[in-house]
Order: sequence, then C-alpha cells, then structure tokens
Amino acid sequence: MSDRDPVRAHTVRLELDDEPGELLNALGPIADNGGNLLSIFHERGNRTPRGQIPVAVDVEATPERFDRIVAALRDAGVNVVQAGTEHYGDELTVVLVGPLLESNLSETLSRIESESDCSIKNVTLSIGESATDPSSARLRLAVHTGASDAALDAVRGVAYDQELQVISPLAGGESA
Amino acid sequence: MKLAIMGAGAVGTSVAELASTYDHTVTGIGDSSSAAVDPDGLDVGAVLERKRTNNTVGRSAPEDLLDGEYDVLIEATPTTLGDAEPGYSHVTSALERDRHVVLANKGPVAERYDDVRRVEQKSEGTMLFDATVGGAIPVVSTIEAFDSDSVTAVRGVLNGTANFILSRMATDSLDYEHVLAEAQDLGVAEADPTFDVDGTDAALKCVIIANVLYGGGYTIEDALVEGIQNVPASALSLAAEDGRTIRLIGDVADERILVGPRLVPESGTLAVSGTQNIVQIETQHAGRLNVSGRGAGGHETATAVLRDVGLLE
Repeated sequence: MSDRDPVRAHTVRLELDDEPGELLNALGPIADNGGNLLSIFHERGNRTPRGQIPVAVDVEATPERFDRIVAALRDAGVNVVQAGTEHYGDELTVVLVGPLLESNLSETLSRIESESDCSIKNVTLSIGESATDPSSARLRLAVHTGASDAALDAVRGVAYDQELQVISPLAGGESA
Repeated sequence: MKLAIMGAGAVGTSVAELASTYDHTVTGIGDSSSAAVDPDGLDVGAVLERKRTNNTVGRSAPEDLLDGEYDVLIEATPTTLGDAEPGYSHVTSALERDRHVVLANKGPVAERYDDVRRVEQKSEGTMLFDATVGGAIPVVSTIEAFDSDSVTAVRGVLNGTANFILSRMATDSLDYEHVLAEAQDLGVAEADPTFDVDGTDAALKCVIIANVLYGGGYTIEDALVEGIQNVPASALSLAAEDGRTIRLIGDVADERILVGPRLVPESGTLAVSGTQNIVQIETQHAGRLNVSGRGAGGHETATAVLRDVGLLE
C-alpha cells in the first residue's frame, strides 16, 4: 500500500479518562499522521463500565496512514476500542414487495447485509391485507460513500432470488 | 397543407376536427377497413358522423388514401410491437411517394427506427414524431433543440394511466384493482390496460427518446421494464411515511433504458398527480429542464401532430 491508495473515511472508537487534555492528547496523533478529522462525537454524558468517556472519531485517510494513526494512538497510551470500521457515508432507502416477503424476511435481510456490503439501519414491515395486496418492507441502508449503485445491484440480486420486487429511488435524479 | 389521416381513433379524428383551425385541408381519412378520399377536401363532419353511425369512414380502400393527393400523411393507427405494421408500411409508402409523414403511432419509430430513417433518407419527404412521446408536451423537439451530445439523461412520467393509478392509490390508500376499475369507469384506463400498467407504453416512449438521443439502434428489447401491477397500497404508505411516493418512471441515460416503479420525493417535481406527464431533461451545460402537461388525449396529441405539420410548411 502507498499514499496513492484511495482516501476513505474510518471510524475510531476511543475511551478516554475524564481528565483535562485527554481529548487533545488523542487528536494529536491523528493530525500528526496526516489524518483529516471529519467529526468527533464526545459522549460526555455517557460512561463506560470502567468510568471512561466513549469518543467516536471519524477520520479520512489512506489505509496506510490510518494504520499509522491507530499505532500512534496506542503508543500515546490512548485506549482504542475499535478501529477500522469503515464509515457509511450514504443512505439508501428501498421498498421490497412480494407475497413471500414476511416468511423469508430475516434471510433476505441477512443476505442483503452480507452481499451488498451495507448496514441495515431500519426495517419497517407492512403486512398486506389480501391476496392482491402483498406485503411491503421499507429498508434504510447505510452504504459506503459513492457505493449506492453497487449496493442497489446487490439488493436487486437478492430480491430476484427471493422473488421480490425492488422499488428503488431514482438513480441520478432527485432522490431525496 | 393537404393532410391524409390514417387512423380514425381519438387522435385521428381530433386531427381531422382541428385541421381547419390551422388552415389545413383534409383530403383523406382512413382506418383499417376503408377510407374517404377527396383531393379538394373532405367534409370532415360528415365523414366522422359516418364513422360514428356506420363504423365506416368511406367507400374507398385504405390504399387509395396512401395513393391520393396530400402533402403530409398523419399516421395515427394503433401502436403495434415487433414489425410495427400496418403503421410501418403506411409511413414508408408515403415517404416513397416523397410525401411528409407525421406520426402519432409509436410503433415505427420505437420498433423500426433505423428502417424508417433509411427510407426517409432516400425520400424528399420528412418524418416528424413529436406526438409519439408525452402527448401535448414537446419532448422530442426539446431534446432535438439541444445538441443531443449535451443531453445527459431524460427521465420522467410518461404514462398518464399508470400515474393516475399510483397517485390515487397513494392519496386514498386504495388497492390497485379498485383504482384500476375506477380508472376504467372514468375512461382514464382502457378496457385492456396491459400496455399502460405493465410499462410497455412508457418503455416505447423511452425507446423513441433513446433513438433520438443516441442516433437509433434501440427497440423495446433493449429496455429493462417493470410494471406497476404488483405495487401494493402498503408500499405506497411505507413510502409516504418517509416523505416519498412511488411513480412509474422511465429513465434514459448512459445508453440504458430503465422503466419501473421508483421512489421519488412526495413533493418533488416528478411526483405529478392524476394523468399528468412530466419529462426531465438533464443537460451538460444548462442544468435540468422540466416539461410537464397532458400526456395523452385526442385533442392534446392532435395539437402535437399539428405542431409538427406546421414545421413542414
């Protein structure tokens, strides 16, 4: 890997002691190693079982720089609980329709998650009332930035296998 | 201009009725079995009355109309798939006689675009077909007004019947069968609504758009088409909870034709209601254009036909 690798967004979960300077101490290694800080979620009202404050930091960096950032954080004594979980930048809403929907729903959802490389954030199911009115499910998917089309293709593939129709947002148009 | 009108359905008769207001003379009206022909101009009212009462337009054969005296042939027979007959032969026989042709029938330019263009090239006549897409809305001519290279995508609601059904299902939480029956009662859907609800009609219009954008080569075989027959009321209510609705959208972009039910913002431009049509044209340098209006109906489509006739004068 080199610095010409694509820059991607990553999330680092840290647990920091509730002491002055701890946050600054954690952010230093990120900047020093060429990471572009996207956001910091400092859950001050929350405490971990060990009495620390959970902090989620979104960083943009090449994979190589990101590895250096994580190593530097650990060297600086920062408690890194999770690193490298990729950031899902885009959201995609689809509606699935079909008479077999509810009987196969959990299988459908797990296949969509594994085959489309997305994370299902929310599912709302509406059971049809008659034979001519099949059930529908609205899925809100978190997908990697710029990967909506690929995710949608994967959803269509799973839906085809499960005999479901996919009602997707319009690609390229106003999709809200 | 002298007009010969092939096809005596809603569009053909509307063209005949409106022709005189545009200072044109109707020299022929024909349907699949007979024709009325008069080089000096027909009494349109009498011919249409005969069609209504006896279901025949005249004593001549349809071939006599094609052979008769006219400047422009109006082809308004029903759209057919595959070989696009008999419309295709009507168009080519007029072009071979060096006459102009204005189409309301989608078949020849959707299914045999390259063939008709080839015949047109050898002809002194010109073929125009703005009435085939979007009824009264000038879609083809708007696309042609841009350099087709600078149009990056064309998409929209191109079938009023499907749009009526989906918008009524959404606003009143009614199921598909119920709304379809109502649409048939209102005359919004035909007795056999298959082509409207299975996406074929919208797809044919998209194929025509693709042929204009990319210089031919497309038929309905190249379109990926899904209909609205299986969209349940529950899908529309789930979409509504999310600020969206569902519309049958035709989408021509990147040399691909996709037609199917899509999620669109409930208050967005594409979510037209009732039988309205809308077309969005994405351009490279001028952003997005939206054109909407009545996409079907005898007088609406006849107006588009007569607009094309006006361009040939």
